[in-house]
Amino acid sequence: MSTTDTLALLILEDGTVYEGAAYGAAGTALGEAVFNTGMTGYQETLTDPSYLQQIVVQTAPHIGNTGVNDQDPESRRIWAAGYVVRDAARRASNWRAIGTLDDELTAQGIVAIKDIDTRAVTRRLRDRGAMKAGVFSGEAAARPHSELLAEVRAQPDMRGARLAQTVTTEEAYLVEPAEHQWQGEPLGTVVAVDLGMKHMTPVRMAQRGLRVHVLPADTSFSTIAQLKPDGVFLSNGPGDPATAEEQISLLREILDSGTPFFGICFGNQILGRALGFDTYKLTFGHRGINQPVMDHATGKVEITSQNHGFAVDAPVGETLTAPESRYGRVQVSHSSLNDSVVEGLRCLDIAAFSVQYHPEAAAGPHDSAYLFDRFVELITAHRSGAQLTGADTLAPTDRRPSAAETTTADSAPAATGGHQTNA
Amino acid sequence: MPKRSDLNSVLVIGSGPIVIGQAAEFDYSGTQALRVLKEEGIRVILVNSNPATIMTDPEFADATYVEPISADVIAKIIAKERPDALLPTLGGQTALNAAIALDKTGTLDEYGVELIGANIAAIELGEDREKFKGVVERCGAESAKSLIVHSMEEARGAADELGYPMVVRPSFTMGGLGSGMAYNETDLHRIAGAGLQYSPTNEVLLEESILGWKEFELEMMRDSNDNVVVVCSIENFDPVGVHTGDSITVAPAMTLTDREYQKLRDISINIIREVGVDTGGCNIQFAVEPDTGRVVVIEMNPRVSRSSALASKATGFAIAKIATKLAVGYTLDEIPNDITQKTPASFEPTLDYVVVKVPRFAFEKFPAADPTLTTTMKSVGEAMSLGRNFTEALQKALRSLEQRSSEFTFDDDADLATLLQQMATPTTDRIYQVQHALAAGADLDEIYRITGIDPWFLDQIQLINEVGDATREAPELDAAVLRRAKRHGFSDEQIGRLRSMDPAVVRGVRHALGIRPVFKTVDTCAAEFEAFTPYHYSSYDMEDEITGHQKPSVIILGSGPNRIGQGIEFDYSCVHATMALRDAGYETVMVNNNPETVSTDYDVSTRLYFEPLTLEDVLEVIAAEERTGGVVGVFVQLGGQTPLKLARQLAEAGVPILGTSPEAIDLAEHRGAFDQVLTGAGLVAPKNGTAVSFQDAKAIADTIGYPVLVRPSYVLGGRGMEIVYDEPGLARYIRHATEVSAEHPVLVDRFLEDAIEVDVDALFDGTDLYLGGIMEHIEEAGIHSGDSSCVLPPITLGPEVLARVREATASIAAGVGVRGLINIQFALAADVLYVIEANPRASRTVPFVSKATGVQLAKAAALIGTGVSIAELRAGSGHAAAGMLPEAGDGSQLPPGAPVAVKEAVLPFARFRTTDGRVVDSLLGPEMRSTGEVMGIDKHFDTAMAKSQLAANNPLPSSGKVFVSVANRDKRGIVMPVKRMADLGFGIVSTGGTADVLRRNGISCEVVRKIAETPEESGTVLELMEAGRIDLILNTPSGGDARSDGYEIRAAATSLGLPVITTVAGFGAAVQAIEAQRTFSWSVASLQEHAARLHQAGLTAAGAA
Repeated sequence: MSTTDTLALLILEDGTVYEGAAYGAAGTALGEAVFNTGMTGYQETLTDPSYLQQIVVQTAPHIGNTGVNDQDPESRRIWAAGYVVRDAARRASNWRAIGTLDDELTAQGIVAIKDIDTRAVTRRLRDRGAMKAGVFSGEAAARPHSELLAEVRAQPDMRGARLAQTVTTEEAYLVEPAEHQWQGEPLGTVVAVDLGMKHMTPVRMAQRGLRVHVLPADTSFSTIAQLKPDGVFLSNGPGDPATAEEQISLLREILDSGTPFFGICFGNQILGRALGFDTYKLTFGHRGINQPVMDHATGKVEITSQNHGFAVDAPVGETLTAPESRYGRVQVSHSSLNDSVVEGLRCLDIAAFSVQYHPEAAAGPHDSAYLFDRFVELITAHRSGAQLTGADTLAPTDRRPSAAETTTADSAPAATGGHQTNA
Repeated sequence: MPKRSDLNSVLVIGSGPIVIGQAAEFDYSGTQALRVLKEEGIRVILVNSNPATIMTDPEFADATYVEPISADVIAKIIAKERPDALLPTLGGQTALNAAIALDKTGTLDEYGVELIGANIAAIELGEDREKFKGVVERCGAESAKSLIVHSMEEARGAADELGYPMVVRPSFTMGGLGSGMAYNETDLHRIAGAGLQYSPTNEVLLEESILGWKEFELEMMRDSNDNVVVVCSIENFDPVGVHTGDSITVAPAMTLTDREYQKLRDISINIIREVGVDTGGCNIQFAVEPDTGRVVVIEMNPRVSRSSALASKATGFAIAKIATKLAVGYTLDEIPNDITQKTPASFEPTLDYVVVKVPRFAFEKFPAADPTLTTTMKSVGEAMSLGRNFTEALQKALRSLEQRSSEFTFDDDADLATLLQQMATPTTDRIYQVQHALAAGADLDEIYRITGIDPWFLDQIQLINEVGDATREAPELDAAVLRRAKRHGFSDEQIGRLRSMDPAVVRGVRHALGIRPVFKTVDTCAAEFEAFTPYHYSSYDMEDEITGHQKPSVIILGSGPNRIGQGIEFDYSCVHATMALRDAGYETVMVNNNPETVSTDYDVSTRLYFEPLTLEDVLEVIAAEERTGGVVGVFVQLGGQTPLKLARQLAEAGVPILGTSPEAIDLAEHRGAFDQVLTGAGLVAPKNGTAVSFQDAKAIADTIGYPVLVRPSYVLGGRGMEIVYDEPGLARYIRHATEVSAEHPVLVDRFLEDAIEVDVDALFDGTDLYLGGIMEHIEEAGIHSGDSSCVLPPITLGPEVLARVREATASIAAGVGVRGLINIQFALAADVLYVIEANPRASRTVPFVSKATGVQLAKAAALIGTGVSIAELRAGSGHAAAGMLPEAGDGSQLPPGAPVAVKEAVLPFARFRTTDGRVVDSLLGPEMRSTGEVMGIDKHFDTAMAKSQLAANNPLPSSGKVFVSVANRDKRGIVMPVKRMADLGFGIVSTGGTADVLRRNGISCEVVRKIAETPEESGTVLELMEAGRIDLILNTPSGGDARSDGYEIRAAATSLGLPVITTVAGFGAAVQAIEAQRTFSWSVASLQEHAARLHQAGLTAAGAA
């Protein structure tokens, strides 16, 4: 701490108290403490709606070096409840920066703490699991620790938390391919149900020629049906999938209608539940951009961006009939190479697939961007009356850039996030 | 895909001698490769001419060929060993070039040897600049605009198109040799001219300037299943314009947003796939324009590199090891991550600390050299440091350099305008200029404009200044002040300077306040998974991660950054010690900060601490080991001068020192006491004295007579050592010696002219002596032993002399009180054996002696340090470690059938230019300047000598013309060898006086004019040299005009890469070698075969090889 810094506290549910310095806004932040291991992408992380009611602990030691810009946010605001870093940058250094992270946190009222041994916090969360926590600064930090701890413990658990409604878009809106360097007629129309969707997700679809109607989380099947979509997408989002009964029954209606379906993260958990599998909470979750995932169909490894605390409970390595047997056979298409957690589902008899990780990246590697191409293919086939299924969503065999034009086309906009201003 | 079943034997090519740009990192990667191949049950054949490496230890391969790395020689090895495959990607550019040559000559096809880990097409796509540009384009990325030229005319044409400044890069050279920045046509002529020479394809690339852009590097791995991962991103503190090997570098990248980073990642993945690196690693360098983010791909290396060694140490992801597994068929997901054990290698390491690497330079060895940093690498070593933030890591790295004023200081008031002007030119001082300028109130943005160093880094330096100020100005050195200073990497010593306190007092206060570092773990995953590998670094943070250990530990202090005079040889001894001690059941702890080395591989010792080797940092490691299970003691004699100079202070702090005691170490360094040892043993040293002033020195020199050898005490590598011929010379030396004081006296020795120097490495346990080997220098005394070539066993010394040497060694070892290794230098003049100096520690020659005689001296020394006796180490003693030494006899009495090993030094003169662009003088002297060494080994001296010259990249000609020009005192000695050359059919070219002498002796020669007497080059030897009509040069130095003539000739030879010999004795040996290489076809033999022969001849007992 420098002499001008003021005291702040991070208090975990188990009673551990970490002293640091106030950062961002002063006050109290309550949430579930989770750690993120990404070395880049803090702005995307903070604005990822899936971090709602979570206090994000960054393992990367320097945060804020490149400041904040107006191109990288993944949604309209910072959703993380609180922020824990070791060394906060004093100065933003990047040609796109329009301000410092410190100012941005303050402006958005995010209570953060710096000068924390985030590795020590991470080791604790790893060993004991994600837990309730609070960040206290300003006057709040002066209160007795016992009071603060009681406040930490009194907050609701992430299990059973129903949060999509909080983060979803209030109004429906449309993302047009033409806005994202797509030339020519749209290839199809998609309804994306926003359960906390990241900004980049519809962009990735629009870049590939899909017109995307983004609808709020509580959208009914009939509203969707009126738009006559060629495909439906369920996004990532915060909370416990066990609480998403509404979306689960919505998805069943979609699947029953034969409309091609793609889901990411929360969307994957909802597909899992719609198919009749259970979901469960992981000890400390997967949050980072270096997560290796095995694609079981090709034996290839994808380095993925992940942010999930819940996972689908399905057997890895076998094809089985979905517990909801009308959806036919299903496979765990992807699993984590670190801990074998289910990272993707593929329906072999219907046009539905989903992944637990984030192919839209932002932040993160672009290894899995091909999944959006597969979704386009399902949609195109569906439009032409051909019947493709989740089985047709495999990774390309030749991943060289020159081998497939589509890959090249992918990687160029992907590299710049699809923003014309930044291309 | 599992391991391939069709690979039964693999040939690995090493990187040869340590040179600038290709150093110990390839011993580290090569050793890993050998270990993996052996573990996989594959027969391993190695060729590497560098004896000072761990990889050439006979136990790491089934057949270890210490032979020259040339296509011809490797072809013989292939013919003999018939390997299934060749793995060329772990031996740097040398190995890759050798593989390309073996492919081109058809050897690989002829013997059906498959190249693994790389393919020729990929190597060429990656390394051929024009082809690589195409790759970059196909990957949707940009290269700097550039043109390839093959002649100076083309170069001038290209300049019109690209404009100045322009980067000049020769193709297929390593470490950026011959590269430079041309600001005008004169520069272009100079740099491109030399570059056309250095490039094996006579090809030079000229490129638009991206000077001042941000520079990044990504380390990549790809497996046969096309899985690609980024192991590490590295950001250069110094912007484009300084070779990455000479830059301060930081991992991970600090100033990229995710979008920018992913763009570099996408391009890198596309490139590795497009180039077609089938399996293994590569690195790709980028420049990013700071104001627009425009990305330019600079280059790629389709192999394991210096950066990959750094990336391995920085992340814990063992690139070379994994590259080798990939080469034999595994895929990344099949290889477990050693550190977490349960997660696979198919992931991207994430760091929760900051790594800073700082280069170490040797400009002090080349006073004439221009210290400007350019795209030609000039550093000779590096230190790496880890911290929980940049400031901590940077300050730890700077103090790891162990150079005077390598730590930031806060009390200077340099002139701001001067600083701003100086920092416009990148030099080793730039970071200090920047720091002082910021302290003096310079505007950060102005410094950014001048230097191109990213404002984020500048702000961090500003932060260090602020903390320095706060520390100085605080009313009291209380816990908050100390904690903040420590958090930003300040040493007790820096704090002491700021507070005008003794560092020991600072330490006392700090300990009293309980402010101690914690030790964190490098785990590849930012603590997401539990780490099982105890690879630690210190930080002033909250939580300590050192777990308790079962047995008290033996701590080995390493040798820090490589430098001239203290290189990989010392790492070798440290590694051997840890291996022997672990075998003996000890828990070993390595402390070191050199990322290039085997010693800092995380599984070499029981625990690794990546730390500066200062008293403060070492004491904290010892304290951590003490509190978690106890410490047996510390070895300080193995890592060279770096740990040795800590011996006394450690002992004073109550740390048990293993092996030779600090008192004995001091005794050997202390003139008066050491003279008593000699007197007691009836030995003599050259007349000498110790001076603390010029008056002292003059009085001594007047008494003992000129020439005298002067040097500071406590040095390694002859740092500051000079032969002084007269009083003005002595006065000049004392004036320039930076520090002469009672604590740092100057030693003045009578210089023995025309003496034979003899080097000895021996073991002593208090009772018995085991003499490892006696080396006879080929050059006369006066040339530093590290630069001199030498031969073992001695070729001109009789058994009576050897017996005297052994006896003298025993007396000195006993007199000093050695428990372990001692190195003694003798000089034999007029049949009197003089003792030049004795060092009670591992020496530079320990690995050479161990390899030449098949006895592992450093391992034996480590065990002696723990109390095992030489008698117990001998075969048949019944002790657990028996067999480390032969049953009887030692290296002083090698049998007649013993192979002859020649050690030759490799010198870096071609790297250095004077400020006006000329090469520095290549004359050898008492100050060491070689960066590395090779060994030539054969049944006979002459062929061993010839092999050593080829291995040192200095092949001797078998025919052609020899230019001879020697000083007056040498004229007598050259008649016979020159006549022999003439008889062999060589043409002789000479100048004035030398030519007269030769003619009078019936040797006809072509006479050329002296350069000093000739206005233009015409009619001088320079003209002949440039025309390619001279194949070998003998030029011995003398004063006056001939000396400057000599400089011109040697400089031209260095530029042209011609072999130049500067001593008569060296010439004599060369003549023998030339005759041998004309007469005999070389055979190749592995160390294992040599050891078997030695065994048959009676020296080596079972188990000693």
